[in-house]
Amino acid sequence: MRLSPRWQFPFRARWATLLILAAVIGTIPWFFPSGFYFRVAALVWVTALAAVGLQVLMGQAGQVSLGHAGFVGIGAYAMALGPKYLGLDVLLCLPLGAIVAAAVAFVVGRPILRLKGHYLAVATLGFGMLVTMVLVSEVGITGGPDGIRVPRAELFGWRIRGGETFYWIAGVALLVGVWIALNLQDSPSGRALAALHDSEVAARTVGIDVAAHKLRAFVIAAVYGAVAGGLLALMNGFVTPDAAGFLASIEYVTMVVIGGLASVPGAVVGAALLVLLPQTLTFLHEYEQAVLGVLIMLFMIFLRAGIVPGLAALLRRKAA
Amino acid sequence: MLAELLQFLVSGLTVGAVYALVALGFTLIYNASDVVNFAQGEFVMLGGMVTVFAVAAGIALPLAAALAILVAVAVGLLLHRLAIEPARGASAVTLIIITIGASIFLRGVAQIVFDKRFHQLPAFSGSDPILLAGAAILPQSFWVLGGALLVFLGLFVFLEKTLLGKAVLATAANRLAARLVGVDTSFVLALSFGLSAAIGAFAGILITPITLTSFDVGTLLALKGFAAAMLGGMGSPLGAVVGGLLLGVLESFAAGTISSAYKDAVAFIVILAVLFAMPQGLFGRRSVERV
Repeated sequence: MRLSPRWQFPFRARWATLLILAAVIGTIPWFFPSGFYFRVAALVWVTALAAVGLQVLMGQAGQVSLGHAGFVGIGAYAMALGPKYLGLDVLLCLPLGAIVAAAVAFVVGRPILRLKGHYLAVATLGFGMLVTMVLVSEVGITGGPDGIRVPRAELFGWRIRGGETFYWIAGVALLVGVWIALNLQDSPSGRALAALHDSEVAARTVGIDVAAHKLRAFVIAAVYGAVAGGLLALMNGFVTPDAAGFLASIEYVTMVVIGGLASVPGAVVGAALLVLLPQTLTFLHEYEQAVLGVLIMLFMIFLRAGIVPGLAALLRRKAA
Repeated sequence: MLAELLQFLVSGLTVGAVYALVALGFTLIYNASDVVNFAQGEFVMLGGMVTVFAVAAGIALPLAAALAILVAVAVGLLLHRLAIEPARGASAVTLIIITIGASIFLRGVAQIVFDKRFHQLPAFSGSDPILLAGAAILPQSFWVLGGALLVFLGLFVFLEKTLLGKAVLATAANRLAARLVGVDTSFVLALSFGLSAAIGAFAGILITPITLTSFDVGTLLALKGFAAAMLGGMGSPLGAVVGGLLLGVLESFAAGTISSAYKDAVAFIVILAVLFAMPQGLFGRRSVERV
């Protein structure tokens, strides 16, 4: 078996990645000309958190999911439904949503993960559709297609609001999320995932419980998605079923692949790109979508392994 | 009761025929290249939209339809030439994201060239329903079913009886071996994109009088076609046809007897159940993993 270069300096590379990310999160607010930028950047960090979760599943375990947004939706709606129907504090609903998502992933994942490749893709797609359908159809509970309000969070009498506050909350959440994902990659569990990614049969022969590891990766991805969804709902003060929709799921997959499937920071870069591009392309008005599509194609044609691994390879070649 | 069942069956088969055509398009491209072409739904959209706008410009319907198919084929060939061919050798998932980019691009262009409204075509032979054993059937349904049948038969004859068709099958079975015996596999790949685009556009033209069309109908159709292809077993043209028809009928019966809000849910649950029992789909090749 060929070991990819990322195994060579795991320790140094991991801390370098975290340091760079922390530095970016810590310094870019200096360059924000207005408060609006805090909101956009917070959206980038939260979206990246969901994408990092999907990277664990797709990049590390090699299992495709076209239903990741379903878990984002579960996390987001927990923030609205928990306070409304259970009378819970909205902040308590963040871990609650994560637990519900984990439980759902555990139950759904067991049969679904027996499927491989495109069959797994269509099964996860079905799961995502089911979540969206429930959110859209149960108008009495979820508010239907119009969405539902999320109450403002309050911590010891301090009301959590404003773009700047959410920027730091989302930034720290992403930093923690990336730290865990990087650690996972270099843990025995991560090695097991990498092994079953290459060949399930080979992994099984060396004694790896393939089904259990795949399921764990699925649950981890679901928790990332739900936490990101919860934060998103808190930030917007509102959720609609679009958060759980098929297009959102496709976007997460695109983020992970465009940034670099094998790379945790790649997921962050991919998310940043896909959140920021539409924001910066608005000056193109109606040409926005067309240009976005062309850019996605160009990135994938010229940096096939994704942006982060692709650029890293280019730099190495220059250095050599 | 019987009339009701017949009604559900016919409307299900009509929608299912379109899913089957989309699934066939998926299968052709997948067999030639391992690419799941998420822009497949955009061909259906192009078929419908170009026809609508050509008819509005005063062109006769058959000519407009032919024009729409030509446009879709050109787009399919360009997609292959400009986006898939330059990325040759990239992993399957990279290629899939390229097709997603292509579908976003095509949708974006369509909303500029055309518009964002819904459009309808007049039914080809009137819209007075035909009464059959108590069920009211739109004449357009027969056009859809007949057209789909024509495509199925045509494709069958092409694949089984012509040398070029056999080259396509050989490429699907083993690309390297096909190349060794002299099959020009990159021509087969281009042909598959052109053929898929034509089939998709044809489906779009047939269904527009019933379901309307707009610049963004492709997404949902691609999703359904993909599910149908999986249900039938990826890579099997017969599976694509059966999967599509089955999916359409399932949805129709679920909408009629259980709940129209959850018709897709019922369909997906059945697909999941089938896949759990038969992880390769109904007609998929059993593959043995080589270690």
